[in-house]
Amino acid sequence: MNEHINNKLVSYKDKIKAIRKDFPILDIRLDNKPLVYFDNAATTQKPQQVLNAVADYYNTTNSNVHRGVHRLSNQATTLFEEARKTVAEFINAGEAEEIIFTRGTTESINLVAWSFCELFLNQGDEIIVSELDHHSNFVPWQMACKRKKATLKFIPILPSGQLDLNKFEELLSEKTKIVAVGHVSNTLGTINDIESIIELSHRRNIPVFIDGAQSAPHLKIDVKRLDCDFYAFSGHKMYAPMGIGVLYGKKEILQKLIPYQFGGEMVETVGFDDTTFNQLPYKFEAGTPNVGGAVGLEAAIKYINSIDRDFIFEYENLLKDYTSRRLNQIEDLDLLANIENKVGVFSFNVKNQHNYDVGVLLDNFGICVRTGTHCTQPLMQKLNILGTVRASLSFYNTVEEVDFFIESLKKVISILK
Amino acid sequence: MTIEDNIQSIKDQFSQFDDWLDKYNYLIELGKELPLIETKNKTEDYLIKGCQSRVWLYPEIKEGKLYFTADSDAVITKGLAALVISVFSGNPPAEIFNAPTDFINEIGLTEHLSPTRSNGLVSMLKQIKLYAFAFQSKI
Repeated sequence: MNEHINNKLVSYKDKIKAIRKDFPILDIRLDNKPLVYFDNAATTQKPQQVLNAVADYYNTTNSNVHRGVHRLSNQATTLFEEARKTVAEFINAGEAEEIIFTRGTTESINLVAWSFCELFLNQGDEIIVSELDHHSNFVPWQMACKRKKATLKFIPILPSGQLDLNKFEELLSEKTKIVAVGHVSNTLGTINDIESIIELSHRRNIPVFIDGAQSAPHLKIDVKRLDCDFYAFSGHKMYAPMGIGVLYGKKEILQKLIPYQFGGEMVETVGFDDTTFNQLPYKFEAGTPNVGGAVGLEAAIKYINSIDRDFIFEYENLLKDYTSRRLNQIEDLDLLANIENKVGVFSFNVKNQHNYDVGVLLDNFGICVRTGTHCTQPLMQKLNILGTVRASLSFYNTVEEVDFFIESLKKVISILK
Repeated sequence: MTIEDNIQSIKDQFSQFDDWLDKYNYLIELGKELPLIETKNKTEDYLIKGCQSRVWLYPEIKEGKLYFTADSDAVITKGLAALVISVFSGNPPAEIFNAPTDFINEIGLTEHLSPTRSNGLVSMLKQIKLYAFAFQSKI
């Protein structure tokens, strides 16, 4: 098995070498050491194709969208709406109207947590999130519950780092108004069984919101097959610029929801006494949208498609298995969620050492990892730890980088001992 | 020793190291010699907010001079605490309040230490200045 993984990884060496040429930042050096970027769960690097698309847009087309009569505005509008179609195809949404551009996953969640709960959540109702969830898919629901005097319930995690679906089923009730869970844990990398969560919820006609911030870069997303009611993700975690994100929602639900931000293209008519709102998707896109960001996101999707998502999945899986094996060979390491059903996110602690010390020393080897609570403080409380070191991989990472990381980590452990 | 003397001594010490590893090893050693805060004072009141690692900093005034003890759960942060305490502790509050802090940039560590939430160095220096200001007005 190990030999098979190694052979496969060797066979992809040239392809990865070629891919890395698309990412200019991967060539920089830190203190004359090659950059090893293992903080991809926080944000990914951008390929030249995305950088060019954004620069081209600002160099040749930049204009405000939708209401201009001049040609630049029309061109910008066309690009913006083409980007929406590309996003819809990427996640297999039924229609482009189901795609709302936001600033990112966090804004997408806040939008639904306000708009949905304003309409459908009442005193005594319940919302279910999980103990694994990122603050962005935690706090907006917590605040909605406080606002409406409802109760927030949590799907507990098993020692493996996976969600306890038996307990989840017990939590579902007539009071449950929405279930909101992450597809992939940003801290542990575990892939949640959202298919079962959606199925169990839908049996009771409860809508499901999926936070796809950590899954969109790694897994094939098919919202029709999943049958989820909402799906959110961020551009910057999938090779697009920061400040652009997506909210997918089923049209029939989105049509019912009321907007939570007002002004700009989202209005239809405004009078002294009242205002009517535009149709989908514009009614949720108040103010001037991030057109350059949408253009960059479309370029990122085209780039991902050009590499082939099946290949990305296979290579990242091989690299994950290889990294897992090497990390498991290090003594004095507590590796969380040490299971197979995960993406290439490794959260660990060196026994008796603080995650911060490990992160600072790895940085001096030119290795970028994350340390701390990873915006999952409730999870840290549950696990009774202060934080972890997190190394998160992308398809542009190499076996050589993993080897250097492992050898550097061993040195860091010996320095701290 | 004045604060200026202490700063010069720290600069001299760090200028001897070419390798980053030596700087960190020295910092970690400094942490081991840190005047430790008494357990009874290791409370929320003396915890510096905003650090990825936790730092407790306790001030005490004796005969008109301000002394600090500290602790941290991360060894690098503990070393940084030892470093700043060795510069400021045992001096009159007014002198501590008016003393420069840019020596931190000159010893070649800050490029490796994030300035915001991570190591709390900025928070530590700010807290030392706040204590100095508070005790200055009490004298």
